[in-house]
Amino acid sequence: MNNKLINPTRASEIVRNSIAKRRAKDNRLKLYGRIAIGFAVCFLIFLFSSIFIKGYPGFFQYYVTLDINFDRERIDPQGDLSDNSLFNGEASKIVNEALFTIIDPKGRKAKKQAKKMVSSGKDVRLTNLVKSNPNLFGTISSVKFALDDDIDSFLRGYIKRETPESERRISDQIIKFVDKLDKEGRISYEFSDYILNGSASGNPEMAGIKGAFFGSILTLSVCLLIAFPLGVATAVYLEEVAKKNKITELIEVNINNLAAVPSVVFGIMGLAIFISIFGMPRSIPLVGGMVLALMTLPTIIISSRAAIRAVPPSVRDAAYGIGASKLQVIFHHVIPLAMPGMLTGTIIGMAQALGETAPLLMIGMVAFIVDVPNSVMDPGTVLPVQIFMWADFAERMFIQKTSAAIIILLGFLISMNAFAIYLRKKLERRW
Amino acid sequence: MKKTLLVTGIISGILISSYSHARDTLSLAGSSTVLPFARIVAEQLGKNPNFKTPVVESGGSSVGKKGVCDGVGTKFIDIGNASSRMKVKELDYCNKNGVKLTEIKVGYDGIVVANSKKGTLLKISKSDLGKALTAEVPINGKWVKNPYKKWSEINPSLPNIEIRVYGPPTTSGTRASYAEMVNQKGYCGKDKIAKAASKERGDKKGKKCRAMRTDGVFIEAGEQDNLIVQKLNEDTGAYGIFGFSYLDQNSDTLQGAVISNTAPTFENIAGNNYSVSRALYYYVKHQHINVVPGIKEYMAEWTKHWGSEGVLSDAGMIPMPDAERAKYKDAMTSLPVLTAADLKK
Repeated sequence: MNNKLINPTRASEIVRNSIAKRRAKDNRLKLYGRIAIGFAVCFLIFLFSSIFIKGYPGFFQYYVTLDINFDRERIDPQGDLSDNSLFNGEASKIVNEALFTIIDPKGRKAKKQAKKMVSSGKDVRLTNLVKSNPNLFGTISSVKFALDDDIDSFLRGYIKRETPESERRISDQIIKFVDKLDKEGRISYEFSDYILNGSASGNPEMAGIKGAFFGSILTLSVCLLIAFPLGVATAVYLEEVAKKNKITELIEVNINNLAAVPSVVFGIMGLAIFISIFGMPRSIPLVGGMVLALMTLPTIIISSRAAIRAVPPSVRDAAYGIGASKLQVIFHHVIPLAMPGMLTGTIIGMAQALGETAPLLMIGMVAFIVDVPNSVMDPGTVLPVQIFMWADFAERMFIQKTSAAIIILLGFLISMNAFAIYLRKKLERRW
Repeated sequence: MKKTLLVTGIISGILISSYSHARDTLSLAGSSTVLPFARIVAEQLGKNPNFKTPVVESGGSSVGKKGVCDGVGTKFIDIGNASSRMKVKELDYCNKNGVKLTEIKVGYDGIVVANSKKGTLLKISKSDLGKALTAEVPINGKWVKNPYKKWSEINPSLPNIEIRVYGPPTTSGTRASYAEMVNQKGYCGKDKIAKAASKERGDKKGKKCRAMRTDGVFIEAGEQDNLIVQKLNEDTGAYGIFGFSYLDQNSDTLQGAVISNTAPTFENIAGNNYSVSRALYYYVKHQHINVVPGIKEYMAEWTKHWGSEGVLSDAGMIPMPDAERAKYKDAMTSLPVLTAADLKK
């Protein structure tokens, strides 16, 4: 038996001998961790830089400056600046005339080609201009118009001059016109005023994210208004009020199951319940928000319950000890202390909802929607859907617009997460 | 507590108000081939201050045809877009739900088999093309799974490279039209051996030939035609099946296969020389006209742009001949109800 006991000198010797080995293990663990983080950071840098490099040009586009003769009788025939009057006016013709005076196209065919050089949104741009500033009437002022997407691609070098004319999207004639405009210094490369203020459009030079951005905000607000109170109430009930029995256990298990349900399933449910049974219209942010609320509810409930559980029992005991009722304990002590955790969970849930397209497919929000939604009842779409739609359009210029929209969506996401961190830091209490 | 009450109040208020909300925006869905043209027309209509811009959903021809037939009421779409004609079976579903439709043809679209300009230009007969991608082929009188791995195995004059073709999924009208025109009519209708073998298995019309290969040679690439275009630029040995407008937009990097001695050009498709082309349709629900504002105006908007000089032909749609345009313009006002007899014509 004696030989099994190790004398202290021997023991310290064993420990001393193994120190190097154990340190090496420690160091290896550190190294593995660093490699893992290094990989993650590399991927992140690669992702962000590739998106940024591709998307950055999407914020810019080519414009042509034309001297427009603001003839009131032609632009605004009824003279009351109403939408109808401007619609019946000859805004397009006036822009074309201004263009023709510079490039001087000869013959019907050349004129037809020349007309298409300036974006088809030219009439809307002109009428919007006079609506905001009627003083322009009677003057000749220079106005910037977006160039057609094919010319934009040509000026960027995506469509090459060397390609034979039959395989090029733009003719030799148009290239001549563009050169002429360029020589007179009328073509400029500027920050696009369409990407932020424009809405969905079939013409890539006019396409922007305004409609989708407001659609996202409306959808998320509906989602937040429904999911946050419901989620917090459920969490408080399950943690503080409900007795622990078979039924609450069943509910708990199912909430966890719900969190793992693929999001498209919620879309099918939304279609079946909100549209088919309640008869709500398709494609509206209200239905979208409700579907996303169902999707984010489990996330909010789970994180809220964790936050409530983290409130030390001593706080509750102290409150009960001085005679507070259950309601007072919950609303005066537990919820305020659990709030940072609840908010973080909610914002993460919202960020998830912001990036969803699958559940919206079923309820008609994956659609080409031009008008900017003014309320939750107007048809609207959301940012990821807009990106998805643009990625599928045939026109070349949409590739840059897609990356630009991705940058905007990422910006939105990062600011939401930053807000979550700020809230947590500000409200967090340590004990 | 007060806040929670307020929030619940607001939400239930919104919910209740939605019950009485009639839709004032036109709602369309369907073929991703018609979508780019429909959105151009929709946007033009939206410029008119009296109408909201219609909402155009994608989803594929079957979604358009089924969606418009789902029923009457503003929760259903008003117009279904399709790049393959309605079938009698699909019309039966409509009749069952009490939906009356008018069919409007708007133009044509060629289906191209294209690859990267860095690859080999494919010059192939329609029958050989069908032979390459049909699921089953007759060998020694028996229908077996398509064994061909290389183009040159089908016909020694074809390139000695692996057959690898990206194409649309089953919900797509492009796919349905392709299978009908190339596999069924081109291969089982023209190739003598296949024709005889089809007759023998009691499939005189060759409908069984419509199935595409599922052994990885034909790769479904989703409703996103742009994705196929991108893949072709990277994978120069592969070919892709999609609508002509995508070839038109990418004519500097892609080349369209010459099928039965005809190249897929605008002139050839418009002149009916290129054999793999199909008509594009939309189906208007009668019961929604005058209920949802703008349906008649939307139809009329098409007539302004569908000519050979219009914006739709710039976007790659092949215009109809004058006589057909006049016929469908009439149909927009007379609104003939689509019947099974019409579809059999």
